[in-house]
Amino acid sequence: MVAPKTPKSWYLPTKPHKFCPGCGHGIVLKALGENIDELNIQNQVIFGCDIGCSLLSWDFFACDSTQTHHGRTTPVMVGIKRARPELITIGYMGDGGGYSIGSQHLLNAAVRNERVTLILVNNTNYGMTGGQMAPTTLPGQKTETSPYGRDPETTGYPTMGPEFISAITPDSAYVARATVAKYKQLKRFIRNALRNQMEGNGFSFVEVLSTCPTNWRTNAQQTWNFVEDEMEKYFPVGELKSPFGKGDKVNAAD
Amino acid sequence: MEKIIGEAKKAFLTGNETVAWAALAAGAEVMFGYPITPQNEVMHYWTRLAPKYDRRFLQTEDELSAGFTTCGAVQAGKKAFTATAGPGNVLMQEPFGMAEAMRLPLLAVIQQRGGPSSGTVVYSQQEVTLTTYGGNGEGMRIVYSTANHQEIFDYIIKGFNVAWKYRFPTFILGDGYQAKMREPMEMYDPADRGIEMIKPYPLIGLDGKIGEEREPAHLCNIYSLEEELYEVVMAHAAEYEKISPELVEWVEGDCEDAEIIIVSHGVVSRAADDAVKALRAQGIKASYFRPITLRPFPGQQLRNAIAKNGARKLLVAESAYGQLDRLLRQEIYGETIKIEHLYKPGVGIIDNDIINKVKSIL
Repeated sequence: MVAPKTPKSWYLPTKPHKFCPGCGHGIVLKALGENIDELNIQNQVIFGCDIGCSLLSWDFFACDSTQTHHGRTTPVMVGIKRARPELITIGYMGDGGGYSIGSQHLLNAAVRNERVTLILVNNTNYGMTGGQMAPTTLPGQKTETSPYGRDPETTGYPTMGPEFISAITPDSAYVARATVAKYKQLKRFIRNALRNQMEGNGFSFVEVLSTCPTNWRTNAQQTWNFVEDEMEKYFPVGELKSPFGKGDKVNAAD
Repeated sequence: MEKIIGEAKKAFLTGNETVAWAALAAGAEVMFGYPITPQNEVMHYWTRLAPKYDRRFLQTEDELSAGFTTCGAVQAGKKAFTATAGPGNVLMQEPFGMAEAMRLPLLAVIQQRGGPSSGTVVYSQQEVTLTTYGGNGEGMRIVYSTANHQEIFDYIIKGFNVAWKYRFPTFILGDGYQAKMREPMEMYDPADRGIEMIKPYPLIGLDGKIGEEREPAHLCNIYSLEEELYEVVMAHAAEYEKISPELVEWVEGDCEDAEIIIVSHGVVSRAADDAVKALRAQGIKASYFRPITLRPFPGQQLRNAIAKNGARKLLVAESAYGQLDRLLRQEIYGETIKIEHLYKPGVGIIDNDIINKVKSIL
């Protein structure tokens, strides 16, 4: 068997990684790793991860990395960047960490146009803690804390992260939503989010639609159907704000 | 390091202003803060001074963020600090916990206000328990309780060095009176007093090419196995216990022939000093003991003070409902001295309060 080619910036002693089979995190981290290689920034990157499934990436890269409490990755990255602007800070978090417990940090870092890059993986649930309802859980979707399906009357509608961040950031920010189902586009969006920080433009944010077959209790076909059809119907994929020109319009096919 | 203060000079400052000058003199590079009374003027003075000396400041969205940005800046190798009070101190227990777990040498100035809850914005000594043992950990912190502005200046300089030498989060525990009151003190450059400031160093963002010249730094504060965490906590505890004898500081007076020892900390110890003088003038053999470090606590030193004359009584005077008292009792467990108390939660204590209390119990 030929092992798949891995990015140079991956830390091989911790591979194979610890994510569940079928999880989308590996795809996102591959796209990030390839970008780190191609931009030749391995030695300047500080990778920071949250609590939740994103935590499993704490020793994923051959890059200096740190890890903090649930929801607090954004301020830790901001503190590092403010202290050492020459470093390239990448915060990695889930939808619960970013949109729920850490939402005040996300909002205010965006408003201040902090020169950090945040990648938020949206799999519509709290994976690590066993599949509870998240801010991104779709209406009607069953989770451990919405066993009869999410009822927007009592729990509201899914958080539209990139839309909300796009509304509060200046034009120098970069805001996009990608999906693990469109790898080339995902990789390009992450690249833009890194370049935007490297050029000192402003806040850079990519939400990535991802898979969680373990908690969704789906087989391979159902998993892809959910991320490609159900999720994309609700969460349009594309660049919402880019200093690099028009880029991909929302819903544009890759 | 650039010299901030030329000749040592007398100044007439508020405590919060003193904090800003001391941090500057100590070489602090960045402050993160969020408004809360009575520490606001620390930020006010820092934001006026910082740009003149190429130092930085960020007003964050809340105290969680102020604490975590401080953690980030420290990891990146900068001498960073924050200041807070009351409910802000409650929120900061979360990042302080991270600093304990990852041994991050942050410095935090706590200007205690009344509690519980929003309490008052004025004064108290009710953040002793929180500052010494807050968070979901074991209190692996270094806490200095200052009594006057000279000490605020001295212990901030010392605090940065202690934090970076031992890598336990370090606290300067003041209060609203010290924060707002104006009094004379002397500012100086640490080098002129023979104090060498320890250079900060990064834990991430290190020099050297990864994979060729070094391994990547992977920092974490969560573990998969009980045993992994146990090893870490026990190693921290062993180191903390080892360094504690070097760290403990206290002041005592007149214990040699004492009938009663008055124990207080922080600004209340000034009232205790005056009370002892007045009581002695009236023929009452009073003495005082003041822990300067509340963590680690000078427990053995207090036992020694008690033993000096076999004092019959010990009076704990504090602007809280027993927070110092509890700290003290666990440290001198087994002593048979009778412990009395003067609790005035959230209210100032003057010499007459102590004098009257002593007379009522002797």
